[in-house]
Amino acid sequence: MRRVLASLAVAVIVAAGCSDSSSDDDTITLVTHDSFAVSDDVLEAFTAETGVKVRVLPAGDAGATLNQAILTADDPLGDVIFGVDNTFLSRATEADILVPYDSPELANVPDEFELDPRHRLTPVDRGDVCINFDKAYFAGQGLAVPETLDDLTAPEYRGLLVTENPAMSSPGLAFLLATVAEFGEDGWRDYWQRLRDNDVEVVSGWEEAYNGEFSAGEGRGDRPLVVSYASSPPAAVYFSDPQLAESPVGTQLASCFRQIEFAGILKGTSKEKEARELIDFMLSEPFQADIPLSMFVFPVRDGVALPDVFVEFADVPPEPLTLPPDEIGENREQWIREWTDTVLR
Amino acid sequence: MSWRRAALLAVPVAFVGVFFAYPVVAIMGRGLVPDGSLDLEPLGDVVTDGGLREVIWFTLWQATVSTVLTVLVALPGAYVLGRYRFAGRRLLWAAITVPFVLPTVVVGSAFRSLFEEGGPLGSLGLEQSLAAILIAHVFFNYAVVVRTVGGLWSHLDPGQEEAARVLGASRWQAFRTVTLPSLRPAIAAAASIVFLFTFTSFGVILILGGPSYATLDVEIYRQTVSLLDLPLAAALTIVQLVAVVALLLVSARLEGGRAGALRLRAAAEVAHRPRGWAQRGLLLANLAVMGLLLGVPLGVLVERSFAVSSGGYGLGSYRALGDLRRGTSLFVPPAEAIVNSLVFALAATVIALVVGGLAASALATGRRHRARGSAAGIETLLMLPLGVSAVTVGFGFLVALDEPPLDLRGSPALIPIAHAVVAVPFVVRVMTPVLRSIDERLRESAAVLGASPARIWREVDLPIVARAALVAAGFAFAISLGEFGATVFIARPDYPTLPIVIFRLLGQPGALNFGAAMAASTILMALTATAVVAIERFRVGTVGQF
Repeated sequence: MRRVLASLAVAVIVAAGCSDSSSDDDTITLVTHDSFAVSDDVLEAFTAETGVKVRVLPAGDAGATLNQAILTADDPLGDVIFGVDNTFLSRATEADILVPYDSPELANVPDEFELDPRHRLTPVDRGDVCINFDKAYFAGQGLAVPETLDDLTAPEYRGLLVTENPAMSSPGLAFLLATVAEFGEDGWRDYWQRLRDNDVEVVSGWEEAYNGEFSAGEGRGDRPLVVSYASSPPAAVYFSDPQLAESPVGTQLASCFRQIEFAGILKGTSKEKEARELIDFMLSEPFQADIPLSMFVFPVRDGVALPDVFVEFADVPPEPLTLPPDEIGENREQWIREWTDTVLR
Repeated sequence: MSWRRAALLAVPVAFVGVFFAYPVVAIMGRGLVPDGSLDLEPLGDVVTDGGLREVIWFTLWQATVSTVLTVLVALPGAYVLGRYRFAGRRLLWAAITVPFVLPTVVVGSAFRSLFEEGGPLGSLGLEQSLAAILIAHVFFNYAVVVRTVGGLWSHLDPGQEEAARVLGASRWQAFRTVTLPSLRPAIAAAASIVFLFTFTSFGVILILGGPSYATLDVEIYRQTVSLLDLPLAAALTIVQLVAVVALLLVSARLEGGRAGALRLRAAAEVAHRPRGWAQRGLLLANLAVMGLLLGVPLGVLVERSFAVSSGGYGLGSYRALGDLRRGTSLFVPPAEAIVNSLVFALAATVIALVVGGLAASALATGRRHRARGSAAGIETLLMLPLGVSAVTVGFGFLVALDEPPLDLRGSPALIPIAHAVVAVPFVVRVMTPVLRSIDERLRESAAVLGASPARIWREVDLPIVARAALVAAGFAFAISLGEFGATVFIARPDYPTLPIVIFRLLGQPGALNFGAAMAASTILMALTATAVVAIERFRVGTVGQF
């Protein structure tokens, strides 16, 4: 029966006029999330240098991409996966879907970014989830920008912050983890209770928060504080026309949680050599220098020059909050459940 | 079951079997048969967990209310568009499909800007509310009811209702006893589609309802994508399937209650200009509803696409759409996105028409042969894809379609197939009632007069079938143009369509990104309206004049 159904399906596909022509020997497949981006000429240079073509296979958001890779462990979707971050690192390493590879290029990457001692996951970029503020609002009201996470629970900041649901959103989860890192296992629930009492607004995702509720976002909402990224201020300038002289958005540095994105070689690949070349390339100078304006995150490699718009408009937290991946892995679901009970119920 | 019917059904059953049932069973197997033995414990967890019970209850409740509201609001619209002749009627008939295809993220942003504090409707307190969810559901599904019911209404012989009036029935009695029963199959068909769409609501709930509301689809996404708890996700899918099958069986009864042939007439004979103040008033009231419900949110999007950040209006956002991120892998020339969208939509429409058309013919034949039980079963199977989470189907594709000759993972063919899986139920629902309504006596008279079976089909069936097929094709094309949810969870090669471009643009801060997203949305709206108008203008033989 399955045979019959299968040939029928094939007939339908042929009728639809589609064919898959990218299973050549010199092509490797990069499974990644929908936000992955690289400049065309950078990728072409890799192909020219190594003879390896890269087929990019977007697979939804970061969570969906990783879970798809785990579900297809026996018969991998591709050769390399990119986009696993430190908040989901332990799920990837525990699922045993990756081949270790200690890239020589890691010599140029600070140790703080290498979170997997067995080198199954190689750091590629980093960013910071931070509270952004609407500069015009605070200047107009003559109100000081809140300096610490604690400040956000003060009466003068009542009803000003919008954040995302950590169960559905990656920056929302990062901000929850920031509060766990800041206030500890015993204090974070109490902090969120105080935030709730101070009328924090929770929406489902980044797009609703930034484009909808944030007063300096495009929807001209009514909340001058939003959980977003340290790269939002330069992005707001870069994607403006005529180019703004100053970013309308600032970053509150004490709220930042570090996110590091990793790449790894998927177990079962028949092209391990080419996969290693791709990992090396992702750590190389040209790819790393391309990261800021392609994906709006920061390179991990030492000594890579940042584009002017980042130099001028991005504030980088000197010591962002962070938690060990194992601790996140063990507690993530529990924390999200407790957060839901504290903030939404 | 006759051999002819079996032959007609082979393709649709195989299609839904391979591209829906098998993947869903495969992914549920991963959850419920983890080590080779069936473990139904997660199902018990669903029943005992108060939070999950609440999710199930809310899902059913909001879908029921949304469906009733949509039918009530749209039924007068179906009458007006089905019966009255007025300038711009044809354009309006096509334009009302536009909301149906817009990605929820775009519509959400339009509604949000209307509902938020300080917005035009801010004083109503609709931000993150149940009312916002219900209004958006009516907005999205209005066209489903208007077009399905209006299509049949435009062909109903008004003579019967007039006869009832002559015999002394009041206007309401005549409507209730003559017209409503005739419309019942179409209303039941439309209502069941609306119910399934709202039952599996995802984006609207997240964007307009906010984190305090969750449907089964939201919960299945959470369990599958955030928590990777496949057993619980599978248990929730079982709950979804049970509810959907129950609904479909009820709906099949409602539709089948009076499956006799209707007296249909050419729309041109039935339609007339609105006469008198009452009819003109009805027309105006319905135009006002459409303007407020559909026009205002869409207008917000169009307005924003032309707005310039320094004030005033211009084409800056459209230029940005063709320029943003040029030279990176995220850059998509607008023309390319439009072509991708059109090619996938064309392929999906062809697949959906073939699969759905064969199924509808078989189901209509079956009814004539009193093969009711199996017909209801097959119709239910064909409708099921609308009632199951896209995450379940997407992840199912991944674990099921992974062996030659069915290794479709990463193939671009997955995109039109996934769209067609969603469109087939529409084709079946639009075509079956019309095919069933063909008066058998017409065929018999033609045969008596010496017409060959081929000629009977050409002269009797084809004009009616083709008309229904065109309406169905318009739906299928529009569904594919706007479809996003069905493919977003499938690893697929990068052939970005307009909805994907919009989604990407909205993922970054900056006025240019936002403006370009609005420009892409406006193009998507224009493309949809144009495509639907073009499809419906397409004539086969004497279609439209029967």
